Amino acid sequence: MCAVIPSQIEREILIEAPIDVVWRVVTEPDQIKQWFSEEAELDPREGGNGRLAFGEGQTFYLQIEAFEAPRRFAFRWVHPEGTKARPDNSMLVEFTLQPEAGNTRLRVVESGFDKIDWADEKKVKYLADHSRGWEFFLGRLRDFAPRAGAARPQ
Amino acid sequence: MSPASSEEALLEAVADTSRRRVLDLLLAHGKVTPTALAAELPFTRQAVTKHLAVLDRAGLVESTRQGREVRYSIRPEHLDIAVRAMAEIAARWDARLEAIKRMAESEATARRSDEYAAVVRAAASGRRRRAASLPAAHNR
Repeated sequence: MCAVIPSQIEREILIEAPIDVVWRVVTEPDQIKQWFSEEAELDPREGGNGRLAFGEGQTFYLQIEAFEAPRRFAFRWVHPEGTKARPDNSMLVEFTLQPEAGNTRLRVVESGFDKIDWADEKKVKYLADHSRGWEFFLGRLRDFAPRAGAARPQ
Repeated sequence: MSPASSEEALLEAVADTSRRRVLDLLLAHGKVTPTALAAELPFTRQAVTKHLAVLDRAGLVESTRQGREVRYSIRPEHLDIAVRAMAEIAARWDARLEAIKRMAESEATARRSDEYAAVVRAAASGRRRRAASLPAAHNR
């Protein structure tokens, strides 16, 4: 395998739900708490701040870069608390929603990986600490899946 | 998600950037001078040097001086850490998107059945109103 570091991660998924429903799941703190973090606070406007807590005192601060319902939501995170997010101290996460015949294509891009110093163990650990959120999230997913599955038409 | 599929997902996500080409050549050749790299790439030696500086700051390459020449090579341990961390982060986004999909689709289904129930109720009350106002012969 040719091991190369991309500067960004891009993912997309087709969701069989109208764009306004997907927008609310992606941006409303009560919903964010079901797919992302344990606690979520958001000042939903460009330039607004937010906070995601993943338990065990793991907290990330958000700086909202775009809040354009129902198509685009972007924030910077992973910058140290109390500092202003900049391209060289944070990662940019961008959600884009596109209606497709009553369904919604949701795309997420996280960028800024080329600015990370991979030799700096502290920074890499800080980044890898996202993974606590991952474990927490998997637990949530297992709780949530049977309910959501039951509600889906087969 | 299995490690193999998250690696595939990572590769899928790799953007074809100039730095990727520099890394590819370093992986292929081992220790190389910027001049030798530039000879194989469609950019100038200055551009190659800039990319190498970025990769060096990221801890992904290291340079060694041999006489008047500086040669660059990959730091495999850091590349490995980076690739694993990226694969992990990519897998996490996949799972989050799956969760968003489940939640939104469950909400959309609930909304459709509410709408259906409302239509059924409206139809039923319409029938009742007609039943009250029309002669019995027209009712079923």
